[in-house]
Amino acid sequence: MNILVCVKQVPDTAEIKIDPVTNTLIRDGVPSIVNPFDGYALEAAARIRDENLKTQIVVMSMGPEQAGNALRECLAIAADKAYLISDRCFGGSDTLATSYILMNAIKKIEESEGKFDAVFCGKQAIDGDTAQVGPEIAEQLGYPQVTYALTAKEEEGGLEILCEAEDENHVVGVKTPCLVTFTKPDFEPRFPTVKRKMAAKKAEIAKLTAEDFKDIDLSRIGLKGSPTKVKKTFVPEQKKGGIRIEEESGEAAGRKLCEMLSAAHII
Amino acid sequence: MDVKTKDIWVFVETNEDGSAKNAGIELLGPGRKLADKQGGKLTAVVIGCKPEAAIADAGEHGADKIIAVDGEEYKTYSTDAYTKALAYLVEKYGPTSMLIGATAYGRDLGPRLSSRLQTGLTADCTDLDIDEESGCIIWTRPAFGGNLMASIMCPEARPQMGTVRPGVFKKEAAAENRAEIMREDFHVAAEEIRTEIREVIREAAGELVDLEGAGIIVAGGRGAGSSEGFACIRELAEVLGATVGASRAAVDNGWISHSHQVGQTGKTVGPKLYIACGISGAIQHLAGMSSADIIVAINKDGDAPIFGVADYGIAGNMFEVVPALIAEIRKSKA
Repeated sequence: MNILVCVKQVPDTAEIKIDPVTNTLIRDGVPSIVNPFDGYALEAAARIRDENLKTQIVVMSMGPEQAGNALRECLAIAADKAYLISDRCFGGSDTLATSYILMNAIKKIEESEGKFDAVFCGKQAIDGDTAQVGPEIAEQLGYPQVTYALTAKEEEGGLEILCEAEDENHVVGVKTPCLVTFTKPDFEPRFPTVKRKMAAKKAEIAKLTAEDFKDIDLSRIGLKGSPTKVKKTFVPEQKKGGIRIEEESGEAAGRKLCEMLSAAHII
Repeated sequence: MDVKTKDIWVFVETNEDGSAKNAGIELLGPGRKLADKQGGKLTAVVIGCKPEAAIADAGEHGADKIIAVDGEEYKTYSTDAYTKALAYLVEKYGPTSMLIGATAYGRDLGPRLSSRLQTGLTADCTDLDIDEESGCIIWTRPAFGGNLMASIMCPEARPQMGTVRPGVFKKEAAAENRAEIMREDFHVAAEEIRTEIREVIREAAGELVDLEGAGIIVAGGRGAGSSEGFACIRELAEVLGATVGASRAAVDNGWISHSHQVGQTGKTVGPKLYIACGISGAIQHLAGMSSADIIVAINKDGDAPIFGVADYGIAGNMFEVVPALIAEIRKSKA
């Protein structure tokens, strides 16, 4: 199989703090990581290659030069080749504009890497949390999509995917080419070996800019080409005025809680 | 798309038996407010297989008009059939805006549809309003794992689209049904549906984990200590008719399966009551549950961040508090 994995470099949201004076997000010094869900997508591709050694895994990321670090990490874990999609005119793109750029990038990369059987993405990035870019790319490529996947198995002419639905899991069959977005399975991505790490450090990362996409419509990208605009951002207010139940023992506190919840008609 | 009406659309997702999911019906409340402000009608779009119950439900909960599409192919959700049907309806009627419940299916459908229509979509909104100056909807949503809120507008492209987090808006009381029903005979051929559900796997016999639709959730975290430690959490859930939830720590330790996980890498929930037992409240967990109406926190560490969002907090041992709570609830029911 020929698989493309889309990854995003994101700030580690677990490390984000709020400035208590200005009530804004402190982004300085926050470590950048590979979006965890994209890591699961990469691991899913690696598991397909474990079964079928004739599998190529290409990773692609859109972002500033610094996103090259995320690509090297993917190379160390499992990827064979990496492409960085970077251009100032891509900045400010919303999800629709981003997916349009990525669709163009996929077509361009296919000129050198051959047609991809599957495009894998994380279900969402942990900074934006939208879960929109994957399905939006699928639509622009005209491919079927499967979202919230846990695992994927190669089969004749397609993939068999285990995915989460509302209150159950589904085993879904889909023909290739297709796009799959991955959520968190019961396992973590594999660790890079020392050998792969060394190779990833030296690996060449191909860079593509807007000039490389001959058919791209510049009116559909960047801040101007984005249908949605961010009007403002703010730090949410924390709930205040909660009641502390302080009793002599845990048992007494439990009884008191029941009494208060009943009195407030909550239970 | 060309706008042909000022109407606000609410997509009403259906179950296999033709009933409506709450995630759609509860959006008729905010949909009403937006429609009144925009001077348009509130239209519910119901797609399903024999969705008569959903049509009646939408009518009783405030829809002025209902556009209904009925077909065998809509019995279970598929991206291809639902996107095709909705794109057809949007092109035909030209609504100015559309709300979709941000369920698993809603979040699969929304971006597929907005991409086909080449319009803007805002994901997982928790607040909706109208910008007085432009008349556009202001979609407010959390980002950065709930650390930051963003207000987003779609000034030009139409329809303006957003998915809305389930449970944020409450279903309104049923009222007189005055809806005008328009039936659309639109079908999608089997070969156009490119995904095939081969098997449905439910966790254990009879145990459904519907966290997103749950009215009450009892959740356990690191403080539960083991899978045996979840016994009292399950028992409390049982006496309350609640669904069992868990923090990432509990899932990562293998005490309970991932389908129970609440938070950034699990489910986002909005129940009436959320009881957190032995959960410290990492920001990723809070992102998934802080829109619950009432939050109860029981945790050994009285300084844990979970108390920052709790309406009722007990700094104590969950293995003392929870059994006493269970006994007391049983007593009051007896």
